[in-house]
Amino acid sequence: MMMKLPKIKRRSFNRSVGGDIGINLMLIIFGAFMFLPMIYAVSQSLKPLDELWMFPPRFFVMNPTLKNFKELFRLMSESWVPFSRYIFNTAFVSVAGTFGHLFLASMAAYAMTKINFPGRKGMFQLVYYSLMFNSTVTALSNFIIMSALGWIDTYWSLIVPAFGYTLGFYLMRQFMETTVPDSVLESARLDGAKELTIYWKIVMPMVKPAWLTLIVYSFQGLWNSGTSIYIYSEQLKTFNYAIQQVLAGGITRSGASAAATVIMMIVPVAVFVVTQSNIIETMASSGMKD
Amino acid sequence: MSEKAVTTQQAAPKLRKDMTKWEWTLREMKVNKVGYFMVAPYYIVFMLFTIVPVFVSLFLSLTQFNMLETPVFVGVDNYIRLLLDDDVFLLAVENTLIFATMTGPVSYLLSLMFAWFINELTPKIRAVVTLIFYAPSISGQVYLIWQTLFSSDQYGWVNGTLMKLGIINSPILWFQDTDYIMTLCIVVALWTSLGTSFLSFIAGFQVVDKSLYEAASVDGVKNRWQELWYVTLPVMKNQMMFGAIMAITQSFGFGTIVTALCGFPSVDYCAHTIMHHLEDYGNQRWEVGYASAIATILFAIMIGSNLLVNKLLSKVGK
Repeated sequence: MMMKLPKIKRRSFNRSVGGDIGINLMLIIFGAFMFLPMIYAVSQSLKPLDELWMFPPRFFVMNPTLKNFKELFRLMSESWVPFSRYIFNTAFVSVAGTFGHLFLASMAAYAMTKINFPGRKGMFQLVYYSLMFNSTVTALSNFIIMSALGWIDTYWSLIVPAFGYTLGFYLMRQFMETTVPDSVLESARLDGAKELTIYWKIVMPMVKPAWLTLIVYSFQGLWNSGTSIYIYSEQLKTFNYAIQQVLAGGITRSGASAAATVIMMIVPVAVFVVTQSNIIETMASSGMKD
Repeated sequence: MSEKAVTTQQAAPKLRKDMTKWEWTLREMKVNKVGYFMVAPYYIVFMLFTIVPVFVSLFLSLTQFNMLETPVFVGVDNYIRLLLDDDVFLLAVENTLIFATMTGPVSYLLSLMFAWFINELTPKIRAVVTLIFYAPSISGQVYLIWQTLFSSDQYGWVNGTLMKLGIINSPILWFQDTDYIMTLCIVVALWTSLGTSFLSFIAGFQVVDKSLYEAASVDGVKNRWQELWYVTLPVMKNQMMFGAIMAITQSFGFGTIVTALCGFPSVDYCAHTIMHHLEDYGNQRWEVGYASAIATILFAIMIGSNLLVNKLLSKVGK
């Protein structure tokens, strides 16, 4: 007890007890608001049918069961496109899109921060302004561009646009600018190293938090993206689409759709749990300097 | 002339002050041309799918086009029709602005406030609380759980509980009742809104140099509010700019949530936003020219509000 005292005193300079209580109270109240719906989603997915249709409804499950998940997999195995095809599509699109984005964006970010070519400031400004509008605005024109390229109903329409994802590039560029010292690059250049070698061998290992963040963001984007308007063929549709079909199935499948919601939720949350510290580190340099 | 330039360059590198601006730029371009090759692959894709579409849509907004026949140039007819003849559009603009002003600034302030609170916790608890606040924004369509909570029959948890307590006698049709739709959608949108800007603020608080606080305390900063205002926020200004852009852009993108919760179109168009109007004309009626005019106006509103807020924020602390 006596040992702890000085530590508490140091931590709480400029801090009042009342303020500490207030802050923790706010965190608990809003934390409950954020967390309880997620808990309810999990609780719903574990409820047997009679509990789902019980009056008055209970918040928490009483006799948890995995029946809903079994039902979900049964429903999905009944679809005429084999279920493994949806999983393959999601995996293929996510991996190809994410790695293409990672390589192209980090290479461009390296060139833009560490090679002094004229026009790079203007190029970056344009990326910055593009953070100010979302894809709703460009969806229709993108459809026209896709059909002009002949990419409608192909994997290309899902993979290639992911390469040009803006936020990932922005975060990578900011991170390189603040964390990679020019002096290291100068000495490598004096030794005669090529720019591509410097980028790949020296800079990329230094920006691990940023590329992990890029991977997570790109993966989340591709995982959460709903049905694409570019894809008609059932064989090219993704796992997400198959699950949404179950979700759209209505009341009779309410158990299965509760299970589907939980599966859609668990994957990105798990990815974030593993990478949280790296993402926060990347975000530390996200600020816009003017 | 050129011969002379070459000889001097060989003798000693020409200094920047000896060259015209053009000569210098050209030289720099040649020396650093590898930079263009490295930027090009990303930049071409970015231009093609992000910048070019803006101009395509600007051009198409001046035409009549149905995706099959060649576009017919009609000048600003689409805009005139939108602003003067389309009552639903004006309703959509109003709803969009209500939605954006209710979600954008509130989500921004909530992100900042909770990032600040969370920063006071010990690292392990901080990681858990961060996850709890951030999770709804990345969990796909988990917001549909609100539809289950507020389900329109007596088996929905809210209706069931209110009925059990005797507050209401029959279930309320939450997502069909014009009195509740907007409020509920805003609440759900806020629930999913602690995303990138929130993480950026959390990181911002963590990198503030701790010695600044000690120095400030010597200078007479007495409580955590003063500490936040005089020490932390000025250091975090860049993060706050970035967070604002993320929050504003996001606040115009909640249409998907509205559609998922209330269906499309919503009852009496009471939650009809510009995005819904755009989808209606673009993907359902294939009036591409008209839809492009809607997209262009939405684009102008987004960029305009971002630049305005950017300008306001850059004045903070000056």
